[in-house]
Amino acid sequence: MAGRGDGSVIGGKIGLRLDPELLTRLARDRKLVLVSATNGKTTTTRLITSAMTPLGEVATNAFGANMPTGHVSALAAAPDARYGVLECDEKYVPMVLAETGANVVALMNLSRDQMDRAAEIWLLAGKWRKALEASPQSHVIANCDDPLVTWGASTAKSVTWVAAGQHWREDSWCCPECGGPLDREDTDEDSNWACRECHFSRPRPDWVLKGDQVTAPDGRSFQLSNLSLPGRANRSNAAIALAVVNQFGVPPEQALPLLGEVRSVAGRYTTVEHEGRRIRLLLSKNPAGWLEAFDVLEPAPAPVALSINAQGPDGRDTSWLWDVDYRILRGRPVWVTGERRVDLAVRLEAADVQFSVVDDIDQAVMAVPPGRLDVIANYTAFQTIRTRYGRVV
Amino acid sequence: MSSDHPKPIKIVWVYPDLLSTYGDQGNTIVLERRAALRGIPTQTVHLRSDERVPVDGDIFLLGGGEDRPQILAAQRLRRDGGLYEAAQRGAVVFAVCAGYQLLGHEFGGEEGQPVPGLGLLDIRSGRGRQRAVGEIVGEVAAELNVPRITGFENHQGITHLGQRVKPLAKVVTGIGNGDGFEGAYSGRVLGTYMHGPALVRNPGLADLLLRWAVGGDIQPIDDSWAGRLREERLKAVLG
Repeated sequence: MAGRGDGSVIGGKIGLRLDPELLTRLARDRKLVLVSATNGKTTTTRLITSAMTPLGEVATNAFGANMPTGHVSALAAAPDARYGVLECDEKYVPMVLAETGANVVALMNLSRDQMDRAAEIWLLAGKWRKALEASPQSHVIANCDDPLVTWGASTAKSVTWVAAGQHWREDSWCCPECGGPLDREDTDEDSNWACRECHFSRPRPDWVLKGDQVTAPDGRSFQLSNLSLPGRANRSNAAIALAVVNQFGVPPEQALPLLGEVRSVAGRYTTVEHEGRRIRLLLSKNPAGWLEAFDVLEPAPAPVALSINAQGPDGRDTSWLWDVDYRILRGRPVWVTGERRVDLAVRLEAADVQFSVVDDIDQAVMAVPPGRLDVIANYTAFQTIRTRYGRVV
Repeated sequence: MSSDHPKPIKIVWVYPDLLSTYGDQGNTIVLERRAALRGIPTQTVHLRSDERVPVDGDIFLLGGGEDRPQILAAQRLRRDGGLYEAAQRGAVVFAVCAGYQLLGHEFGGEEGQPVPGLGLLDIRSGRGRQRAVGEIVGEVAAELNVPRITGFENHQGITHLGQRVKPLAKVVTGIGNGDGFEGAYSGRVLGTYMHGPALVRNPGLADLLLRWAVGGDIQPIDDSWAGRLREERLKAVLG
């Protein structure tokens, strides 16, 4: 069989060219999880993989290579692994689902993202619906606090609904089913939504995340306080991970300490030391992601540095800067850099945020006093900074 | 324009629940800010698609949207009738991308089928063969007295202009309407394929809308950051 061996040597690309059915072959006789979302898919893949270690070896694409070539490499690199956890680009979910017949599909959130190259999300969710309808053996674990994800998942034969939260709501004011207005009701206890014009409404959740507490279907509650990754977005990722591994028989009490072992993901959330500065690296690729990065910032007046590029992987269009509410950065020193720093300067000026523009991240780092500095960067800007200060994984 | 403008300019951001895919909010922020710097008060309404269009609005802003939301927005605006009425009364309308198309007689739906628009601009839009994605630069119609426009377009539309509109600009780089021109205007109704926060890089266009709304001249303001951004983008595209 082609592809048995070191995936990084053979390479998924070459493997697929030699054998177009390679992914199907490699997936056969394994229990596979696909993980997809606009944000948090790399992190959640990592969390699930960590929590599945009691089951034995787990194949995974740990470095965000989330298209079929990456899946082939990941599976080929672990020929004896009976389990696989594959991060999957949102657009590729239908194709990868058809080829692998994955046992479990985890779907977390959908929001506007790099519109010059990514698919429109309403369209995307419609494709998920068709793919899941055609894959009745796949069990779906989906965030029912996201109306579009709920719609995308609701054609699946069996679904576990997780109330994992939704903070970015600008893409879900309308009912995905009929286009009518969605009514929201947020209380301390619950966060409900329903269409005013048709039957579509939030399903009853099986798992519920509230603050840092997760309640399982059997009514038992667990604290997420041992989680090493910061912020509510990661509590949400962890809740999904708990529901996924529970599906494979790993109970929350066994999974939780394993989730806590994940401290950084491909450099994200890593703290690096440089000249007495403790620099924490936060990746943020789209408006919803910025909201979550702001959630974990050191409180003002702690300084923050922002770096923005607009290369291919970032999206060449910086319009999304105007969807982010930067006013939250008022009252602290803000350093601005990256190839599109002038775009960001205009945005911050309009938000009445005081800022200083610098040529590169070094200037920002050396300009702040020794101590902590949070850095938020989009994709290629993040990679540049990571390379500069050491590629800690 | 004097700073004792009697009543605030009412800015209506039309249907952000349907027509706001990418930074469209920027246009409201830019107008509010440029008015405030001149001491002109503004009042902004974020108009959801289940609400009535206020016919007393001074400036209406329409953003971009996916196919389905665009069709829904056109249906609701036609049913409501308020935007048409306001424009007839002389209100300023600035529409980008999907919002631009739906101001016309018709546009292309998700299968390319013709969908009726508002008929506020004498234009007809359909679907082109290729998606137009990238920077766009254009020389603006001389009578508008606005410096060249710079923006980002991301659409698959082709727009044919009728007798009763003029093109907003002649394309220097990019696709625009697909015939060498970009956007269209008639009276105070103006549409463009520059998507999202089109006024950010085009403060001259923002001030044109404000002048129309206040009915007179407005003072110059410090545009050094926006000026740097314009310079940088124009240089990146034109060399």
